Amino acid sequence: MTAKPVPVPTPETQPFWDGCAEGVLRIQRCADCGRPYFYPRPVCPACGSRNVEWFTASGRATLYSYVINHRPAPGFEDEGPHAIAVVELAEGPRMMTSIVGVPATPETLQLDMPLQVRFERRGDISLPVFGPLEPPGPPGPGEAR
Amino acid sequence: MTGVIIAGAAETDRIGRLPDHSTLQLHIEGALNAVADAGLALRDIDGIATVASPGPVQVAHALGITPGWIDGTGVGGTSFLLHVRHAAAAIRAGYARTVLITHGESGRSRVGAAPFRLAASSPPGQFEAPYGTFGPTTTFTIPVLRYMKEYGLTHEQLAYVAVAQRRWAAKNPRAAFRDPITVEDVLASRMVAYPFHLLECCLVTDGGGALVVTSAERAAEFPEPAVHILGTGESSETPMISQMADFTESGAFRLAGRAAFAEAGIGPSDVDHLMIYDAFAHVPIYGLEALGFTGKGEAGPFIADGNTEPGGSLPLNTNGGGLSYTHTGMYGMFAIQEGVRQLRGEAAAQAGDPQISVILGNGGMFATAAVLVLGRHPR
Repeated sequence: MTAKPVPVPTPETQPFWDGCAEGVLRIQRCADCGRPYFYPRPVCPACGSRNVEWFTASGRATLYSYVINHRPAPGFEDEGPHAIAVVELAEGPRMMTSIVGVPATPETLQLDMPLQVRFERRGDISLPVFGPLEPPGPPGPGEAR
Repeated sequence: MTGVIIAGAAETDRIGRLPDHSTLQLHIEGALNAVADAGLALRDIDGIATVASPGPVQVAHALGITPGWIDGTGVGGTSFLLHVRHAAAAIRAGYARTVLITHGESGRSRVGAAPFRLAASSPPGQFEAPYGTFGPTTTFTIPVLRYMKEYGLTHEQLAYVAVAQRRWAAKNPRAAFRDPITVEDVLASRMVAYPFHLLECCLVTDGGGALVVTSAERAAEFPEPAVHILGTGESSETPMISQMADFTESGAFRLAGRAAFAEAGIGPSDVDHLMIYDAFAHVPIYGLEALGFTGKGEAGPFIADGNTEPGGSLPLNTNGGGLSYTHTGMYGMFAIQEGVRQLRGEAAAQAGDPQISVILGNGGMFATAAVLVLGRHPR
């Protein structure tokens, strides 16, 4: 069976994928106009400045839109119907992703539901995917309530 | 107006499933038919435009044309509308006199067709393909749930787009699908990518067509009535659907439409006939709103109320569209052909006596757009 596609980083996207390998969502913003943006590139799409910097995003997002694909791409045959989604990061930029941890049904996938980034191993790459933002669990020992 | 006309227009002899035709052969057949329609010979052609592959060099060489002007703009299914715009500019500038624009695509049979490849290092290869995108059904479709939430478009209204267009197709012997369908039929058809069912997705066919474009000063020289190119526009928005600025509207549709309407000096109320590239059922909805035919959120009910089907006030996609007529992959050429036929009064499902026809072409997944305002008379 064909393997799922594995992204091949380029020099300007390598810091993003390095961040994913470290378990953080590292994206860019303009050091002049302050606007965060995605996908990685060495110029601010809002003002044209080359003075751009990397920062670690919160990993929080909301579900902006999606489809539930019933005709799987090569490598996805075992998935069954699965969500191909676009999420809006808390910082503003949007990215395509998979929604994991919940069944891929219209009932469970509600637009604007809060999500949190997770990472899945794919070849040599850690791929950012999103799952429901877990409600805070019971306090651990010694944790203030 | 541009002072430029479409003097010849034709499709391949047949469309649909043509395993006996290569991609190049479809270009050649469409080109020969269009040149004959214009009453010209190949030696009269001095400009060539088409997409790769096979591209303008291959098509010109195959036909024995030595061009003095070449346009290989390839920005998806709307490319042929851009070719018309670019040809109009070239003719006005004196760079070309008679331009041939060709389309041929073995979309279904894949004979002599280029393989589809996406580099894993390209932006979509890195940031979309890893999530299971696999062509237009998994990408072009993604915005609509956001539109449905924001504007209340219902599944039934989305399905009705296919129903309305099938009513036009029923009148067209060349349409692939002609049997009447209901909203229930659409919603009962196989799920392709929720919320899109099979009947809300375009066909995949083989076929081609071509246009001959030249100066309006020569309008009386041709056997068919000239179709005047009154206004044109083009734009692009995003190479990746995930980066579309607002999932409820197409900026490229709006900008291309604004430029074309301004050049033609018209508004929506002047338009008698409309073609909107319909790879999926939501695209005509986005198109009607971007061009100002309805307000935001109103296009779904507008179609469901019957306004765009036979007998309605705004005949839309009168060949049956990509949903019912044909869709080779780059459908724009067929939308232009139907606009020409309607203005000549020779369409299979003739929508009265239109004076102005507007064609909105889409490229990629809301990636690019172009609009042509065509008229029976110069303005």
